[in-house]
Amino acid sequence: MNNISFDKLDKAFENRVRLQIMSVLVANERYDFNSLKDLLNITDGNLASHLKALEKEEYIVVHKSFLGRKPNTNYEATMKGKQAFKEHLNTLEQLIKLQKHT
Amino acid sequence: MEEKDIQNELASIRSIMERSSKFISLSGLSGILAGIYALIGAVTAYFIIQSNPTTVTKRTSLFEAWGNSVIIILSLIAIAVIVLMASIITAIILSKRQAKRKRQPFWGKTSQALLFNMITPLITGGILIILFLYQGIGEYIVPIMLIFYGLSLVSASNFTFGDVKYLGMLEIVLGLIAACLPSYGLLFWAIGFGVLHIIYGCMMYLKYDK
Repeated sequence: MNNISFDKLDKAFENRVRLQIMSVLVANERYDFNSLKDLLNITDGNLASHLKALEKEEYIVVHKSFLGRKPNTNYEATMKGKQAFKEHLNTLEQLIKLQKHT
Repeated sequence: MEEKDIQNELASIRSIMERSSKFISLSGLSGILAGIYALIGAVTAYFIIQSNPTTVTKRTSLFEAWGNSVIIILSLIAIAVIVLMASIITAIILSKRQAKRKRQPFWGKTSQALLFNMITPLITGGILIILFLYQGIGEYIVPIMLIFYGLSLVSASNFTFGDVKYLGMLEIVLGLIAACLPSYGLLFWAIGFGVLHIIYGCMMYLKYDK
């Protein structure tokens, strides 16, 4: 019983940073790279690699634009990403309930 | 995964969602101090007006009064500006400290959204006050200050603690009452910017500052 629930946990969210990125993008319409970096307090390279992983899963989309001369990269959660995030939270919740019963 | 791990995970998600969308580094202490500055300002204004009872307390238009009491009117404006500046500087210093503690950037997406939503009604109200001063309509300056400040709080409340919305509504109601009783302007100003700020500041301090 327990194992079935664990399987349901999204592999893409196994990493804490990815789950945090997804939380931000669900709570906000869009978020830019630098604000994400400041908020999560991680390095450029680290953040970029996790964003790429989420993009590959099609959980987020990238919007590139320019603010004056500076490149400004914004991220937005897709429907698929929001759905996956919701299911991940539901599974976590169920796991808590299960463990309370045993 | 242990139950505690999952609880931690959920708590961290909730905190990051909040920190990413709301500026939660406002300090209740800055509300209390702003209220104290306002009360000091109001008492000073009261004594200045008392020293020359023929002017603004009466229902004479400011334009009429302008001739014989330029100094009084200018000093009242100066008091308001000093109270405003002192409150803003206090809020900046205390929020900076709080932002560090809550691991939230002080000048970031959330504080910018908060500022933009506050500043739009405030500038509108400010321009209106200047226009009214030119026309010599003195009695509506306090209601305008309270109402537009209240509107700015309501509009900003989506980007900080939700409680701010209720403070905003109280300021608006107070402003409307003040508009019905123009000769008590200073009293309403002291209640709206002094007393309400101190009460709310205490509540916010107990609720969020720890």
